[in-house]
Amino acid sequence: MRTTSHRRALSLLLVAGLGLVAASCGSGDSDEPGAQGSGSADGKVTITVGCQPPKSNPKERAGWDEDVAEFQKLHPNITIESKDAFPCINPDTFQAKLAGGSQEDVFYVYYTDVQKIIKAKQAADISEHVGTVKALSDIRADVQSVFKDGDKTYGLPRNNYNMGLVYNRKLFTQAGLNPDAPPATWAEVHEAAKKIAALGAGYVGFGEYSAGNTGGWHFAASLYARGGSMVADDGKSAAFNSAEGKAVLENLKQMRWNDNSMGSKQLLQWEDLMRMMGSGKLGMMIGAPDVVQSVNNDFQGKFEDYGVAAVPESDGKASLSGGDGYMFNPKASPEKIKAGLLWLEFHELTPGKGQFNYARAKTQGRPVGLPIPDLYGDSKPGQEIVALRKQYATVPVDHFTPYVTAQTSITNKLEPPKAQELYAVLDVAMSAVLTRRDADIDKLLSDAESKANKILAKNT
Amino acid sequence: MAVLTAKPPVRRSPHPGAAHHPGAARRAVGRNLTAYGFLCGALICFAFFSWYPMIREIVLSFQENNFVDAPRWVGLDNFRTVVEDPAFRSAWLNTAAFTGLALVVGYAVPFVLAVVLNELRHAKAYLRFVVYLPVMLPPAVAVLLFKWFYDPGAGLFNQVLDGVGLPPLSWLDSTSTALISLVIVSTWMNLGTGTLIYLAALQSIPGDLYESAELDGAGLFRRLWHVTIPQTKLILLVMLLLQVVATMQVFIEPYLLTGGGPENATVTVAYLMYQYAFNFGDFGGGGALGLMLMIVLLVFSAFYLRVSREETR
Repeated sequence: MRTTSHRRALSLLLVAGLGLVAASCGSGDSDEPGAQGSGSADGKVTITVGCQPPKSNPKERAGWDEDVAEFQKLHPNITIESKDAFPCINPDTFQAKLAGGSQEDVFYVYYTDVQKIIKAKQAADISEHVGTVKALSDIRADVQSVFKDGDKTYGLPRNNYNMGLVYNRKLFTQAGLNPDAPPATWAEVHEAAKKIAALGAGYVGFGEYSAGNTGGWHFAASLYARGGSMVADDGKSAAFNSAEGKAVLENLKQMRWNDNSMGSKQLLQWEDLMRMMGSGKLGMMIGAPDVVQSVNNDFQGKFEDYGVAAVPESDGKASLSGGDGYMFNPKASPEKIKAGLLWLEFHELTPGKGQFNYARAKTQGRPVGLPIPDLYGDSKPGQEIVALRKQYATVPVDHFTPYVTAQTSITNKLEPPKAQELYAVLDVAMSAVLTRRDADIDKLLSDAESKANKILAKNT
Repeated sequence: MAVLTAKPPVRRSPHPGAAHHPGAARRAVGRNLTAYGFLCGALICFAFFSWYPMIREIVLSFQENNFVDAPRWVGLDNFRTVVEDPAFRSAWLNTAAFTGLALVVGYAVPFVLAVVLNELRHAKAYLRFVVYLPVMLPPAVAVLLFKWFYDPGAGLFNQVLDGVGLPPLSWLDSTSTALISLVIVSTWMNLGTGTLIYLAALQSIPGDLYESAELDGAGLFRRLWHVTIPQTKLILLVMLLLQVVATMQVFIEPYLLTGGGPENATVTVAYLMYQYAFNFGDFGGGGALGLMLMIVLLVFSAFYLRVSREETR
């Protein structure tokens, strides 16, 4: 009797297990947004939205939830299902989420990935609905263009910035430098870096990336700031094997080997420089104001110790732009897209609301005063946001004045096509000049150019 | 003699045709139901986590797939793309070099260590624990620990070199030392498992073999050569296969320590697969690389199985 019941239990287990395998190997369509129904007969629609602040960040999360409640009150037919994540997107899992049907209806993206996603047709074309977003006419054209392919639109921005020179004001003071007069030329950077490195063992004057594709990314940033380009205008060939490209590498070689101001540890990736900046041992690096935010929030730095200026000698030239925003699941219904656009306009694009609710941020003790996001430039909403930022500032805004002042003479420039592939190629050149005293810059650039041309030829 | 080579008599069923009787088959299944139940768990695990992903990867390598629209069959295009990638050659050469170095260092060291541990009279258990300790560390933690050891400025290794009056090394930052630095990490992380397996094999060697060898005047190295190695040949072969299969898939060390640099000196096939799939969003290219690696490992495994079968005969 006992044996029989055991056998029955095992049989059930076997059937249940095989059933589970069969179910998991099914299409999984029921989980996909498009299969959830485009909205019920009574006009109600539910959308999933990514990038709700995580539980480990209770203040921002409370603000988000408050905004969701307010929005749903304004639009009773729309329900927002928030999905939290930290960081908001992990490019490593993007494809898996899409394949598994768990991608949000309104998903978060970095600028770096936008064109790749559009080319792969992994985002919905929202052109016929985006006209309902009133703020659109005021958003900077270059920022809007990030989410465009031809005349089609695939998303909306949330954050926008460009690269500058992030520096540690405290170390500047320690090294006898004036923190209110950050370096404006590369010669001044060299001098400042030498003085900071001379503070003692472990101090690094200027830090730079050279691994995990981040080296190529910063090569592009430095190249743009010198007036160079990564690719030709038609996007079919590489353009970085130029006088500007050579100058980028020679500049690093000079600091690394002649000045000895870049430290001996190389092959640095994103987190390495953040940690060095947070520990107060790094003097300068190429970066946007969001670096200060990350260093303050996650790497034990303090807002008041850092400042941001424009990349040296970039006056009248360009700066690599960066930022993030939202795109729509390719399977989202028109109703979901319309609801998502309403939410994005409310939460990401309205002065005084959502991400621009600086009054609430100040009450919560969160930092206010960074000169980002810059979505609107000098248009009316832009001026309104700047005024609110000044009114509720909790961080020393004058530490970012050199960066803000320079913006009028600097053009934002987008990342090149096939950005990650080109960055991987240029990591080789960056790591070579930073790890090898005898690196042949001409050969490195010429090798990288021929590799990049092959990649771009495939793209076109 | 004739009796010894004669075929054993066939045991016949008392009821001809019973083997085909449905009731008998049901009874046979019923008798083994518990075994099937246990088997089911293993089958589900393998199906979920090994076979299905493997088949998916093979299919992906012949497709262009954006996971939204229906996938498009592209024949060998993905293979052409990865073969033409300038990093492809470096990745295979680095993987082969890593495997070769890992065999020289990572294969010999645990065996020697096991022999030494086996010879010890005191503190055996304590030393075994110490040797096994690195295996208990999560791999990412162990790798990041070495990141500090290798720091050219304040790192442990350069401090030791400095202490004995030697110049510092660039370790991860030099094309000539980066790969061997990764091999050292890998060997350290996996040392414990290999040592314990060898130790178990050594302890199963009958003591009288050593006694006879000693009586015949064999020294330590002759005992090792004529007793230890022949007696552990099978386990050595198994470990060789496992070592090659594991080291050819090296990923976490270059991913966390060098990002493939400097100058692609530590880009491996598995790392390049990751780049294709997750950084470039090209799962077809990643799948193609994965399939190539799988074929190489299958060829090696088949060769190994053939050799080991002949050895056991």
